[in-house]
This record gives sequence, C-alpha cells and structure tokens, in this order.
Amino acid sequence: MDPIILSRLQFALATIVHFFFVPLTIGLGFFIAIMETRYLRTGNEQFKLQAKFWGKIFLINFVLGVVTGIALEFQFGTNWAIYSKYVGDIFGSLLAIEATLAFFLESTFIAIWAFGWDKIPKKLHCVSIWLVAFASTISALWILLANGFMQNPVGMQEPIVDGVARLGSFTDVLTNTYGWHMYFHTVFGAFLLAGFLVMGVSAWHLYFGQNKEFFHSSFKLGSCFALVFSILTILAGHQLGQVTADKQESKFAALESVWETRPNTPMYLIVLPKFTNEEGNLVEAIPIPGFLSFLAHNNFTSTIKGMKEIDPDKRPLVWPVFISFRLMVTLGCIMFAVAVLTAIFRKIIPSLGWGLWVYVLLIPVPYICLELGWMVTELGRQPWIVYGLLKTADAGSPAVEWYQVLGTFIAMALIYALITVTGFVMMIKTAIKGPDNMAEHYA
Amino acid sequence: MEWLQVIWFILWGVLWGVYFLLDGYDFGVSMWLPVLGASSEKERTAMYQATGPFWDGNEVWLITAGGVTFAAFPLAYAVLFSSLYTPLLILLFCLIIRGVVFELRFQVEHRYYRLVCDGLGALTSLLAAILLGVAFSNLFRGLPLQYDATLQFSMFQGNILNLLHPYCILGGVLFVLIFLVHGALYLAYRVEGDLKTKSMYMAKLTWPIFLVVFLVYVALTFLWAFKPRLSENFLASPLLFALPALCAVCFILSGYYIYFKGTPGKAFLASAGGIFTLTMTGVMGMFPNLIPSRIDPAGALTISNASSSNHTLTIMLVVAVIMVPTVIIYQIWAHRKMSWPIKADY
Repeated sequence: MDPIILSRLQFALATIVHFFFVPLTIGLGFFIAIMETRYLRTGNEQFKLQAKFWGKIFLINFVLGVVTGIALEFQFGTNWAIYSKYVGDIFGSLLAIEATLAFFLESTFIAIWAFGWDKIPKKLHCVSIWLVAFASTISALWILLANGFMQNPVGMQEPIVDGVARLGSFTDVLTNTYGWHMYFHTVFGAFLLAGFLVMGVSAWHLYFGQNKEFFHSSFKLGSCFALVFSILTILAGHQLGQVTADKQESKFAALESVWETRPNTPMYLIVLPKFTNEEGNLVEAIPIPGFLSFLAHNNFTSTIKGMKEIDPDKRPLVWPVFISFRLMVTLGCIMFAVAVLTAIFRKIIPSLGWGLWVYVLLIPVPYICLELGWMVTELGRQPWIVYGLLKTADAGSPAVEWYQVLGTFIAMALIYALITVTGFVMMIKTAIKGPDNMAEHYA
Repeated sequence: MEWLQVIWFILWGVLWGVYFLLDGYDFGVSMWLPVLGASSEKERTAMYQATGPFWDGNEVWLITAGGVTFAAFPLAYAVLFSSLYTPLLILLFCLIIRGVVFELRFQVEHRYYRLVCDGLGALTSLLAAILLGVAFSNLFRGLPLQYDATLQFSMFQGNILNLLHPYCILGGVLFVLIFLVHGALYLAYRVEGDLKTKSMYMAKLTWPIFLVVFLVYVALTFLWAFKPRLSENFLASPLLFALPALCAVCFILSGYYIYFKGTPGKAFLASAGGIFTLTMTGVMGMFPNLIPSRIDPAGALTISNASSSNHTLTIMLVVAVIMVPTVIIYQIWAHRKMSWPIKADY
C-alpha cells in the first residue's frame, strides 16, 4: 500500500472531524458575547441564561475543536516531512504566530468564562467571551493565510533551492489574496452555521412549547446571523471563485468541469463528469451562454482555460471537486432562501407549527456545506500540496512505512468516531434539555 | 552559528520547560485520580475542578513548542516527528482522549460512565508522561540518524524497540515520578480538607522515590559515554553549571517545603523551578544539536543545518519578544484569579 494515500486519508479524516467543531465556536462565540453584553446592559437575567445555555453547547464544541486541532499540527511533521522541510520557513512561522497570538488567548479566557460565573466581576466575565470570540477569528486568519500559501504560494525567494521555500517578503505572505478570500468565505460561513444551529434548536423548543420566550429571543438573533451571513458568504464565495479563476486554473476548471478552452464560456445547469477523469463530460445540458466567463471575470466574452489544456499529470480528479462544489452552492442557495423567507415572515415564526421542523432539519446543512467547501479547496488543489511547486506525492515522510500509517489511521478512525459521536450526542442532549436547571460547569 | 539561531535554540528549550512545568501538574493530578479520588465522587470532582480551567492553556505551550520547532527549525521538526512517528501519534491520541475527558465526563451523571472517563484520563496521562520522558531521553542519547544526500534528509535507522532502551525507559519513569510529585503538590495547594492531607501524604511518599530515580538518571546522562556527551558543553563553559545547580536547589527546596514546612504552594513552585531548570540543563547539554545522531555526525540536526532563514527568525523573534511575556503575564493573572480554594467535603 502507498503511505501517501494512507497519509492523505488520515489527514482528511483529521481535518474533516476538526471542522465539525471549529466553525461553530467562531460564530457561536460572538452570539454568546452579544447575549452577555445585553445582560450587562439591561440586567435582565433572561440574557444571562441565554449566554449560559448556548455556552454549554459552545464548550463541548470548543474542547473537541482543541484536541482535534493538535492532530493537524502533529501530522505535518509525522506524515509530511518533506512538505514540512519545504514550507517550514513560511508556513511554520504562520502556525507558530497563530499559537502565540490567538490560541493562548482563547484557551486562557474561555476557562475564565466557563468557571467564572458569579465568581469574577461581571464586566471582566463579559470581556472574556469577547476576547475568546475575537481570538477565534484571529486564529482562523493565520491558519487560512498558512493554507493560502499552499493554494497560492507567494512571498518566497525564487528560485527554490535545496527543497526549501525561503521567505522573501513577509508582507506578500500576509497580503496573500487567496488566503484573505478564503478567510472571509470561511468565517462568514462559520457565522452562518451558528445562525442556523441556533434557529434549529430554538425551533425545536418553540414547536414543543418549552421556554417559548427564551427561544423566540434566541431565534431572532439567530435569524439575523443567518440572513446577514448567508448573503456575505455567497458574496465572499463569488470573490473566492474569481480569485481561483485567476490563480488556480486547474481548480477552476474542475469546479465546473470545463474541458474546452474558449471565450464566452457557457455555464451548463446540468453536467455529469466522467468518473475516470477522462476528457470531456458524459452529459452537458441547458447552457447559459457566456455565464461562466462572466462569473469568473465579470466579462461575458472572457476566455476560460479548459482542463484539456492542462497536463494530465497536473489535473485534479474532477468529479469529487465538481460534485462538492455544485452541492455546496445548491445548499448555500437553499440556506439563503430560508434566511430571506424567515426575515420576511418573522412575525409568524413562533406559530408556524409543523413548519418549525424545517429549521430543525436544516441544522446539518451548514455543516455539510462547510465540509464540502474544504473538499473543493483541498481536492481541487491536487495533485499539488503547494500549488504549482510541490506535488503531494513527493511530500511525504521518507522514513515512515505504510503499515505504520495504516495502524495510526485505524486507531485515529476509531478514536475520532468515538469522540465525535459522544460529542454530538452530548450536544444534542444539552440542546434538548433546554435552559432549565442548568448545572454549574463541572458538576 | 549566529546569535539568532542561538536565541531560538534557547527559546525552544524555554518553551519545552514551561510546557513541562505546566502540563506536568495536570498530568499528575489526572494520574492520581484512581488513588486520591478512590473514595468519593466529591473528591474526584474537586480534582477535576483544580485542573479543569488550566489544562487547555497549559497544552497550548506544547502546541507552541511544536509550532516553534516547525517554524524555527523545520528540518529538525520534519526529521523528529517522522522518525518518532508511532510514539508521537500515540502521544497525540493520549492528549486527545485526556482532553475530551475533562469536558465530557461531566455531561453524564452515571457512575460507570464517569469511572470509565476517570480511568481513561489517568491512563492516557500516565502514557503521555512516559512517552514524553522516553522521547526526550532518546534525544539525549541521540537518535540513529543517517544523512541521505539524495533526499537531503536525515533518515531514521531504527525501530520502536530501539527507542525503548533501558535508559530511555528510566527517563519515562522519571517523568512520571516528577509529574506525580508536582501534581500532588498542586492538588494539596488547591483543595481543602481530607483531600489536601491525602495529597500531601502522597507527595511525601513519592518524593524519595523520585529523588533516587532522578539521581540515577542524571548520573547516567552525564557519566555514560553518549556521543556527543551531554557533559561536554558544561565542562567547556562552566557557567552553564548554574542550571543543574539551580535545578538541585529547586528540588531540595521542594523537599524541604514538603517535609519540614508542610507548605504545598511553595513546594509546588520549587518543583516547577526544578522541572524548568532540568529541561534547560538537558537542552543546553545538547547544544548546538536539536537532535543529536548517535551513528552519523552528518545526520544530526543542529541550529546551523536545520534552521529557518534569518528573515523568518527575526520576524518571529519580534512576535515572541512581545507575545511570550504577554502570555506569561495573563496566564499568571488567570491562575491567580481562578485559584480559589476548592472544598471537597461540602
């Protein structure tokens, strides 16, 4: 067996599970901070209860996000030694800066928040959750700038000698357009997730008539998140698509399964790519003339490079990228529609009856979208680990044997299955129990 | 050899030292759970409350130490992590499980569920302590690294069994004992009542065993013919002897506070100082190697052949000079703010 394939599977597992937990902590952190600030301003105990209740779900997520995050850092060295050697000068420093700048802040102040209710001054308590919320977005920025270097390597000295990309301009690394566009798209998506999760859980309780006032108030703030951030996520996604068209032609061709290079490229509403990655599509139907050119370059006549013009050994596997992308866009549009309808019909939400179940059933959708987004980003980057410079196949650890990776992959799959299932069961339990008789943290 | 690389080497040691002195106590408390928490759920809860607010902040020092290895000495990071592949992933799994236990244990009020959580927490903490001790002892002993000119990479020429040399296993035992004393002292400092008495008793019981193992380990490390010998740096620049001297003073002080004063807080601080200076002693003994090789001098990763560019080191130094003291200040502040006495028998 190939240790590279196994290492890729292991890294994919680690990132996918990590990303079940991280985005919610970004969006929900701000949600809680807003609730607690309202408590501080008004003295209304209801808002304190809001912060505490959503905080419980936040904390379970937070811990799972933390422990699964360490796995990623470890694996760069254990499974991708040649990659680590190659990018350490640039990528490594971004990770190190992230830890000192953001991660310490998050982990220290979340503890003050979780254990400090009624023990430390109210204002300090509220400041703590704001610090955690901001730290999580700072953390995301450094991580995505690091990932941005893999997508669109900038700021290194050229030519590259001895298999090491040495830092040329740190400013270029920090202003990497690709990284920043991923940042906005991802973080907005994280807020969107928080909005839909809050709406879903609240709708459940509204349907069963428990703590109606409490959950109507949560629902309202959640729906604001959903509306604002479904729009922003789509806009940022469009921008990211344009940057992709500019910087990663092979990924862009895979997104839409474009094979022919031509001006005035249409967008086909129905496309079925070949699963063998052979040239051309099985089905192409219902074209919108020039629309893909317009989406990519704001110009109906612009030329888009098709996959045929890219060397076969520099092409990603098209169908998973294409399907992930289509599905993500479709689900994103559904969320946008629901968010808009919710805003329009906000007056009648509490009396929606069976209709409330729509929100409950929609809870998994933003999760799926976030994971699909990463599938598109990382599978679309293949066969490169650093786009255009270093291939994934050449970036593994030369001294690690396949059976070692197989062993750790199986162990990791078992452990992650256990903690993910337990984590989600606990979150669902907490969500269903509602804000009545909440126990103190660690009781 | 340039001063930037030397500074980063020292900082690298400092990060590991701070990590061990911090996470060491929560490893210790978790390991004591089956013993000190055997009689009541209240005492077990108190033990979790003592470390619950801090374990995560402590672990970030490991992430930072790892991140700094990656950023400042990428080649050392790549060689070390891939050479110690299996043990490091086992360490990772231990850290994952023990972290999850802190939060998920309290989500269910079922006796056996909580027992399983406590058992897992104790076991993974024990295993993690052993692995860290074995790993660092292997660094002191030197890894079997052979330089491969085509790959431009130091290849690990060994297997897991080579890593389990008796000296390295002794290192694992030493880490466990240090963390047990450290954890018992921390617990005795934080809790009140019966649990405090019991913790102090356990510290008293463990300290002499720790001392014996410590002396044997230190003697082996410095007298045994390692290549390169850890003692060479100290003999070359005797000023460095301040580190092991301070280490000895700290650990003796900790014993003094345990046996003659009965003040766990002070004994804990002394023990923390001992752990830090012990780490620094070992790290400075390896200088200029980050990862010595015991079979091929060219296979060793040193501050010259493994470091990042001066440009990166400078930028990171600016960040570190500002952020590391800031982090230390707010973490000390948080520890003081959150260290109210915990009552186990209410």
